[in-house]
Amino acid sequence: MVDQCSLEPFGNLKRTKGLGELVEPQAKKPMLELDGLSVRFGQREILKDLHVSLSGRTIGLLGPNGAGKSTLIQTLVGFVRPSAGTARVFGHDIRRGRGAIRPLLGYMPENDSFVANMTAVAFVRMMGELSGLPHDAALERAHEALFYVGLGEARYRLLGTYSLGMKQLAKLAQAIVHGPRLLILDEPTNGLDPPARKRMIRLIQEMRDSGELNLLICSHLLRDVEETCEEVLILKQGRIVHSSNLEAERAANKRFVELETFGPQDGFAEALAGLGCECESAGLGRIKATLPEGLEVREIYRLAASRDLQLRRLNYRRDTLEEIFLKAMEG
Amino acid sequence: MAVYKRTYKAYDGALTPAWSRFLILPRSAYGYVMQSKFLVAFRMACFFYPLGCALFIYLAHNLSILKAMNFQGAQFLQVNANFFRYFCAFQGSLAVLLTAFVGPSLVAPDVANNALPLYFYRPFSRAEYVLGKMSLLLGMLSIITWIPGLLLFLIQWSLAGSAWMQENSFIAWGIFIGLLVWDVILCLIALALSAWIKWRIAAGGAILAVFFAGAGFGAALNSIVRTQYGSLLDLRQVIGLIFSQLFRDDTAPPVPVANAWTALAVCAAVCLWLLAKRVRPFEVVK
Repeated sequence: MVDQCSLEPFGNLKRTKGLGELVEPQAKKPMLELDGLSVRFGQREILKDLHVSLSGRTIGLLGPNGAGKSTLIQTLVGFVRPSAGTARVFGHDIRRGRGAIRPLLGYMPENDSFVANMTAVAFVRMMGELSGLPHDAALERAHEALFYVGLGEARYRLLGTYSLGMKQLAKLAQAIVHGPRLLILDEPTNGLDPPARKRMIRLIQEMRDSGELNLLICSHLLRDVEETCEEVLILKQGRIVHSSNLEAERAANKRFVELETFGPQDGFAEALAGLGCECESAGLGRIKATLPEGLEVREIYRLAASRDLQLRRLNYRRDTLEEIFLKAMEG
Repeated sequence: MAVYKRTYKAYDGALTPAWSRFLILPRSAYGYVMQSKFLVAFRMACFFYPLGCALFIYLAHNLSILKAMNFQGAQFLQVNANFFRYFCAFQGSLAVLLTAFVGPSLVAPDVANNALPLYFYRPFSRAEYVLGKMSLLLGMLSIITWIPGLLLFLIQWSLAGSAWMQENSFIAWGIFIGLLVWDVILCLIALALSAWIKWRIAAGGAILAVFFAGAGFGAALNSIVRTQYGSLLDLRQVIGLIFSQLFRDDTAPPVPVANAWTALAVCAAVCLWLLAKRVRPFEVVK
């Protein structure tokens, strides 16, 4: 019991590192920085010169199959060495500071990962001890973690007898037992039925809202990311094609409206542009427009009336994550 | 994160020293290994020969009792280097069997269940993992090999006196070094095969095959090429050569003992290479 580790909420002034060293508050520091990060497997370049700085509490990692999401996670965890560039997790360089990063991490892999002939509580306790928790504390937190994820009643069962959803929860329990500062979840809702998925999302949201840890969530399911993440990073063929703060985008009222018209609409889009709107025709009489500051919606009604054009629907809406994703994929 | 509160809470308590964490693996695995009644019985059986040896030593130093019992062969009871060499050979053979029973359950379950990433994303290295898994088997083998060997040596010393001890101290070193080297080699073979063969029964069979097939190939090589160097493929002959050196056997060895040491070093290097290739947090598919 030589070293102290406090994994208190991000930005706490009295946070200490693994060996009791006092560190500066890191609230303003980015959680994750990629600095020209490239990863190559043989001749194949998987990640290509990634540059980004992310400081959100929950970051969603999106991309189609083969985009390099899992490779990025494995690089951050330290399983894969970058071929060029580097990345920093809480300011620690992954090339030189791997020893400092690992105690801060919790990782839930995508695939089944467990020891089949162990009970859940023995397994989670062992994982806690390997992270440095003393035996008694590890046992106590193993029980707590299993209760927290909803496996309290099944904690003395062998992991090999668990269903897919229970295995996912057991993986989550081992990832949080040691109280990490960054929890990396690779496809956390993979293979879960709707109630189990809902439960997993609720757990992620609870952990996010507890303010005790940061999350990096890799998922194919845009809805999962949309429900849980503040920032999103979209990869395509090993490159970053989009990075944005969803909270900021949600907060920013771009006055995006969708119109559905009926009647002669020749020149209507141009007339809207004359009012300062950015327009895009979606076909079949539908128009997407971003209204400029100061423009009232009644001006659009007037314009349509003057052209004898029926406005059958007018919706205010923002870009959904799906649209952001699809745009990024098109680009 | 109390059970009744069901909320997430970070951990802010003390941490254990990093150097001691490899000991968690044998502690966790020991209980599971000892669930097998057969294994418990086998380990008990492994102590019969050392107990017999202890009785032999006692009787050898109490010839008056034997003479009183009118025992004629008392003059053949001699506790010398050969006595301990036979002990090492016998217990070394039992160690092979114990390795075949325990070895497959070391790494194979972790590889089969893809558990290795869960170990290695923590502050826990691959070397510590191998050391932890190895220490379980090494401990179990030590208990049936060099530890009882040294106890027998101590019994003999206490009964024969310091003069015998000064004359035969090389026996103690022979028991310790020879059996420890043998145990380490067995552990490395068991770990390497357990890492590459996921099916336990097949892994156990492969461990035994290393010894029997090696002996077979060695004998075939010796007869075809008319050399003695084929013996180096038979690990039991190799360790036998090393014991002959450690126990100061005057008989000329069929191949230089230095070659036997080299063979063991090569075997250990191959095992470590196999482990380095397999004990990884993820599988590289080419």
